[in-house]
Amino acid sequence: MKTYYDPEDLKKFGKIGSFGADNLAKDFFKYYGNTMADGALSAREKALIALAVSHALKCPYCIDAYTQETLEKGCSEDEMMEAVHVAATMAAGITLAHSVQMINKAKELTM
Amino acid sequence: MSLEAETESRQTFKSLKAQKHELGDTGFQLKTLNDDAQLGRHLPNFSEKLESIGLFPLKPTHLDVFQVNIGKMCNQVCKHCHVDAGPDRKEIMTSETMQQCLVVLKKNKFSTIDLTGGAPEMNPNFRWFIEQIRAGDPEIKIIVRCNLTIILANKKYHDLPDFFKKHQIEVVSSLPFYTASRTDSQRGEGVFEDSIKALQRLNAVGYGIEGSGLTLNLVYNPAGAFLPSGQAGLEKEFKRSLKLKYNIHFNGLFCITNMPISRYLDYLIVSGNYGAYMEKLVDTFNPIAAESVMCRNTLSIGWDGFIFDCDFNQMLDLKVNGKAKHLKDFDFDELTSRNIIINQHCYGCTAGAGSSCGGEVA
Repeated sequence: MKTYYDPEDLKKFGKIGSFGADNLAKDFFKYYGNTMADGALSAREKALIALAVSHALKCPYCIDAYTQETLEKGCSEDEMMEAVHVAATMAAGITLAHSVQMINKAKELTM
Repeated sequence: MSLEAETESRQTFKSLKAQKHELGDTGFQLKTLNDDAQLGRHLPNFSEKLESIGLFPLKPTHLDVFQVNIGKMCNQVCKHCHVDAGPDRKEIMTSETMQQCLVVLKKNKFSTIDLTGGAPEMNPNFRWFIEQIRAGDPEIKIIVRCNLTIILANKKYHDLPDFFKKHQIEVVSSLPFYTASRTDSQRGEGVFEDSIKALQRLNAVGYGIEGSGLTLNLVYNPAGAFLPSGQAGLEKEFKRSLKLKYNIHFNGLFCITNMPISRYLDYLIVSGNYGAYMEKLVDTFNPIAAESVMCRNTLSIGWDGFIFDCDFNQMLDLKVNGKAKHLKDFDFDELTSRNIIINQHCYGCTAGAGSSCGGEVA
């Protein structure tokens, strides 16, 4: 293997039941399918959330898959980009919110 | 003055045929569709897929829809067009061939006649043809596949909404997306803006308005190398966006998968998406959709009177099996019992929720 990520591996997602994990994989895919289906939120809205999470967790497979999925669900480029900015804003906000801990500690340690 | 010169053209590039592009040749398209080397992988034959679910040979269920392509001439040159239509295409149906259609319609019972093109309105005999069809059968459903911009393309087309209303036509119009950028990227610069104006004109005479009895359906087809998904959800989003921004109303949204032939095949190959797109079509083959494909209840008539299983087979020049290949030899019984001609492009109609001229089928 020359790289850690291979686009062809995305097609092998269904094989996570290998090495004796068949039942766990079945449970997961059932949960996955039910979660992403239309519910109180539409499947379209859920795809946009998944796109944002894909970026937040920096998963190239998920970014490929959910870019395709959101396009298929009829999301506009504006909506997709706004979803990514939500992820970015949350990441920035979470980083900055932790600065309160730094401020507290700094105050504790300094005169 | 020639037809195309009279009408505002949106031609930014020539048809494949005018370019003498190799994909303008239907034989080359079929060869490409069956070439594993071009695909970069091996895909099962569509016939094998049908065989595995007991649908081969594919037979009609009944004949119900009489679809007539009255010409390849169009004021637009869309990047995905399976007809390879445009202002430079001169093939349009003559009044003599229309007469042959009328004879067939008189002798046989079809519930729907579906007029398509090109821009069917550019055929000089378009209105006469509709008047004759309506006079012959006040009940038959007449569909016109209107590209919307034709209504604004020339003064002589401005009254089309009234003409459609007068003859109780069901209007089916392509609007690939509810934003300008994605619509124009597929259909040409400024198409979205003019399409919105045309929709407002159709709304103004009652089309798409609840209680008017005048049906206006829109067609969504992806502006790129991806499949449509979730017709009901998309319809909701289209309705919300078009009402909010432009106060536009319509009845239903048909999601249609882009067929890997003609200009869309060219786009797939040039953009490097061909193999992956075909693989996705095959991977998402849906047996329920296969049972309900439109070729099982539809006949497609070409501008020159030849008979095909569907508009896609027509564009690949795959005439129907049997002796009755032309309107002059029309044989309802033989056509009802024929084997439908299939090839690799047929995966486009069986992927996911399926695809037909009326949208999803499963």
